[in-house]
Amino acid sequence: MKMMTPQSEAELAEIIAGANGPLCIQGGGSRGLAVEGEVLSTRGLSGVELYEPGALTLVVKAGTPVAEVEALLAAENQRLAFEPMDHRGLLGTDGEPTIGGVIAANVSGPRRIQAGAARDHLLGVRFVDGSGQVVKNGGRVMKNVTGYDLVKLMCGAHGTLGVLTEVSLKVLPRAETAATVTLTGLDLPGAVRAMFAALGSPFDVTGAAYVADTYQAHIRVEGFRASAAYRSAELVKLLSSFAMAEVREDAESLWQGIRDVAAFQGREGDVWRISVKPSDAVELVPQLQADALQFDWGGGLIWVLVPEGTDMRARVNVPGHATLVRASAETRARFGVFQPQPGPLAAISEGLRRQFDPSGILNPGLMG
Amino acid sequence: MEMPSPNPAILARKARLAERLLSVLPADAVIQDEAETRAYECDALTAYRCPPLLAVLPRSTQEVSAVLRICHEESVPVVPRGAGTSLAGGALPTADCVILGVARMNEVLETDFENRVIRVQTGRTNLSVSGAVEDEDFFYAPDPSSQLACAIAGNIAMNSGGAHCLKYGVTTNNLLGVTMVMMDGTVVEIGGAHLDSGGLDLLGVICGSEGQLGVVTEATLRILRKPEGARPVLIGFDSNEVAGACVSDIIKAGILPVAIEFMDRPCIKACEAFAKAGYPMCEALLIIEVEGSEAEIGHQLGLITEIARSHNPVELREAGNADEAARIWLGRKSAFGAMGQINDYMCLDGTIPVSSLPFVLRRIGEMSKEFGLDVANVFHAGDGNMHPLILFDANKPGDLETCEAFGAEILKLCVEAGGCLTGEHGVGIEKRDLMLHQYSETDLEAQLKVKDVFDPKWLLNPAKVFPLPVTEGRRAAVVAAE
Repeated sequence: MKMMTPQSEAELAEIIAGANGPLCIQGGGSRGLAVEGEVLSTRGLSGVELYEPGALTLVVKAGTPVAEVEALLAAENQRLAFEPMDHRGLLGTDGEPTIGGVIAANVSGPRRIQAGAARDHLLGVRFVDGSGQVVKNGGRVMKNVTGYDLVKLMCGAHGTLGVLTEVSLKVLPRAETAATVTLTGLDLPGAVRAMFAALGSPFDVTGAAYVADTYQAHIRVEGFRASAAYRSAELVKLLSSFAMAEVREDAESLWQGIRDVAAFQGREGDVWRISVKPSDAVELVPQLQADALQFDWGGGLIWVLVPEGTDMRARVNVPGHATLVRASAETRARFGVFQPQPGPLAAISEGLRRQFDPSGILNPGLMG
Repeated sequence: MEMPSPNPAILARKARLAERLLSVLPADAVIQDEAETRAYECDALTAYRCPPLLAVLPRSTQEVSAVLRICHEESVPVVPRGAGTSLAGGALPTADCVILGVARMNEVLETDFENRVIRVQTGRTNLSVSGAVEDEDFFYAPDPSSQLACAIAGNIAMNSGGAHCLKYGVTTNNLLGVTMVMMDGTVVEIGGAHLDSGGLDLLGVICGSEGQLGVVTEATLRILRKPEGARPVLIGFDSNEVAGACVSDIIKAGILPVAIEFMDRPCIKACEAFAKAGYPMCEALLIIEVEGSEAEIGHQLGLITEIARSHNPVELREAGNADEAARIWLGRKSAFGAMGQINDYMCLDGTIPVSSLPFVLRRIGEMSKEFGLDVANVFHAGDGNMHPLILFDANKPGDLETCEAFGAEILKLCVEAGGCLTGEHGVGIEKRDLMLHQYSETDLEAQLKVKDVFDPKWLLNPAKVFPLPVTEGRRAAVVAAE
């Protein structure tokens, strides 16, 4: 397959303006979302434009590797607070994840419940639309309501409205320490109740997950050492009526595993990702007939492993959405990666795609 | 500020339109008497006024849908209105429009402490959303200064912020779902109590679209448990540069206060004269608030004061108790009242990168001399959202015009410094004509294309946000099609 790797925004715009067939927009190609078409890679657009730690702002070209961004921030004791997932382990892919890919797919991790999603940290974008026009929206400041927020619209559009060339991000201080309260011996209803109690407490929980295989719920707090110690001790008091609770400080790999769904890695089957209201999870789960389950976001994010070709959406009868994260090309074609939207919303989305990509060449079919 | 001239064909249809609206609404929900429509002639940008053709006050999503369907069929512009507290003229009518006020839709539909969400009708005021959950020690985080009066509908339209958004984000970060009525009357449900969208982030583009894409009638909002406590510290400096450097150092040290407020000398002076909060007379004052348990607050304030001391403050005052905390906030919270006492004022809302603070304040000082009008600055320093208050005399011929010209120059300066025209008030009519200073025509065209999809006839709040010449073709096409 031919791959085009423009080295500048102008070159990328020229390619799109001259394209006459479908383009598969790609950052590192690690998230398993490739469509049929000529591959247009953003990897040639790499590098930091601006980083002001004192203003918590980073402006970076879309093809910059996530690892590079994270290393740069770590050197100043800062981070991407939305904790983007790395899909490589789960999908068996080996590309180099890019920041543009993270934003295009609105990829967030366990801290999403407290810090927000990728979209909540995106301050500005530059992108090339389907006609080859370069458009900017938002900027590099944290508060900006000047005109429509196309920044949010582009985040999670998976390249279907335009190809990101540059993103501005709000970054946050990296916590001095983290403490994790682990509750052992809980079934799902008990775990969800315990997570409700933790998330409804004043102790600023930054992670609440349940791993069904181990019957363990994990509650994370972060901050200055004394503060994290105090809050984790308070959480133990609050939660000890649910199950045996203990505090651990060396849980970084545990949370990375939850973020990247390590429990499913190397196991056969399709992987679905379902977002629902946490209290709906309890009723929903028996109907899913899953081979394996993992719960994040206080129970609201359900990772499901099922036999190949299972129509998971037919089993979800509560409000929310189910995304097919890992499956054969045939299954993906049959069900679609993303949850189909109800009629009026699908019409709006289709209208937006037609406006921004009139010839239908940007990742066609990926989002409907 | 120019508004499009009213369409005479619509003015001539007033009686028929009122009759049609009365066929779907109770009599008390349609306001057509000229003395009564005057109540809707302006919002908090009172310099501009124009009574609407009619005003309607529906009580349900169904009624809103019925109203919009009729206005769509009649090709009549609709200006949605929350509580009318916009400082940008977001709810300013034209003579040929219907004002659609959501004030009567103010019910709490559902509170759910387990999932930490509340669902409300959008006419409900911001503060009363927190009021509905405070018995359980929860709150709704976005806190615009007008929170006692402003409606959630307007908060969503303008993507409102507040003093505490450094930690909790603005409206868009706390909005999970909406029920929205499209201009043709179609009711859509977007998002809900679950997180993120299954498709394009339509919620993200609706929030902050200034009532131009649809009328949001119900909203699902994130609520949070209150922190155990909060306490401010007041720090005075003898230069703006040093105060700015102190803010930057605090953030770099990994501390994220809930609020960092900045006041310059003219502002301190006015507040002190008005509220007698005991502020020191200095060039720059910071009020920094942190949250948590007593021990956590003590720890964070310890770190902050240590950093502040390294910058040789002229004053450093920690609140020892609730009374002292209230005194520290007293002057800041009465800043706008204090300014109103001195003179008429215009409140601006640009945002700048925090690092440009000293430069921008110096330039504003110089421009103040050039324009011959005083200006005081209050500032959400953590996020760079400035509120320069320009003082003028509304009774003095030409003063308002000079003030507006000065304001425009300040906003252009914000853009040149790497910031934007508006951080939390919205564009409305106030900053409409400056949009091409921040965005190219191509950038604006991309935004107009979004409105084309949601509102193809360009009937919803059509004369706002974008410079009139930029939208003229689209607005004229509707009139021509009639």
